Amino acid sequence: MNALTLPLWSPYVGGVGIGILVWLSFLLVNRPLGCSTSFHKTAGMIRKITNRTAVDQNEYYQSYPPTADYHWILVFGIIIGAFVSSSLSGVFAVEWVPPLFAATFSANPMFRWIVALIGGILLGFGARWAGGCTSGHGLSGMAQLSVTSIVTVCFFFLGGIATAMITFALAGGL
Amino acid sequence: MFENIRSHRSAQLIVGLLIGICFGFLLQKGGVTTYEVIEGQLLLTDFTVIKVIGAAVLVAMPLLYISRHFGLTEQHVVKRGLGTSVIGGLIFGVGFALLGFCPGTVAGAIGQGSLDALFGGAVGILIGTALFAGLFPKLKNGIWAARPFNTTTLPELLRLSPTVVIPLCMVVGIIVFWLIEYLGL
Repeated sequence: MNALTLPLWSPYVGGVGIGILVWLSFLLVNRPLGCSTSFHKTAGMIRKITNRTAVDQNEYYQSYPPTADYHWILVFGIIIGAFVSSSLSGVFAVEWVPPLFAATFSANPMFRWIVALIGGILLGFGARWAGGCTSGHGLSGMAQLSVTSIVTVCFFFLGGIATAMITFALAGGL
Repeated sequence: MFENIRSHRSAQLIVGLLIGICFGFLLQKGGVTTYEVIEGQLLLTDFTVIKVIGAAVLVAMPLLYISRHFGLTEQHVVKRGLGTSVIGGLIFGVGFALLGFCPGTVAGAIGQGSLDALFGGAVGILIGTALFAGLFPKLKNGIWAARPFNTTTLPELLRLSPTVVIPLCMVVGIIVFWLIEYLGL
């Protein structure tokens, strides 16, 4: 069977490929692989449309300017890559509520949208506070044995495991 | 060696797009662009996420060390502290569990058709980063900068050479993988 049309590969194979991509990112463009910067830059670009001076005067946007660069485009590439992969294997499907969410919490798309939005806000805020996400700290940082990244990733998972266990337990108990 | 690419913005954008496409492809094929797999990891019933991250780190670690040794790559490590790692990490973790994706996998989920990832997750992340940018001037001299770390890298912390720590990490990693498979997780 053709590997490209398989719905899933071994996670180890996927991981090895991603590890090589992390290395290529350093080698080709001298930048770590990271995803949260792309959202930060896009948000800055959108805000610039409505209030340019607020963005220009903001210290954080001055340190990490909202420009179309390597880190900005990465996330758009991910969307394309996942679309190609899921289309080739026939698993692409337009979906509002993940089946596990529907079975555990609610099948109401509005409720899922609100939870996803709140989750997203916390994720974006936390990623910038922590200076990176699961790719910047989890892949690039840990591969360089960064103390900051290793500690940060432990707290990503501590917070995530605690929240998932509590929310799923509450939903199951109600 | 790759100064041509590194100094040209358009070349950087092309490389970024290509690396992003491969990244998205591998995340999707690796199975981590679905809500069920991410929540399964956080509920400790499915270890796909750890397998993907672990394999990637164990491959990138020696490659980066060797290429840096030969002057082909540079180190990009930030040294922050408990103020960023603990607080930022925990806020991120809560969002991670509620959304069921992280900033990279949310993009992959959008690519495979998840509308909650697009209109909920991605929009929320944009709002969250903007909120942080707005609050940063107030945070930077306070809690954000609290308790800085004394060391930058693990070999420095352990006072061991990277040539010892890296093989050690790889052995520990392989044992952990073996254990996960042995337990059928």
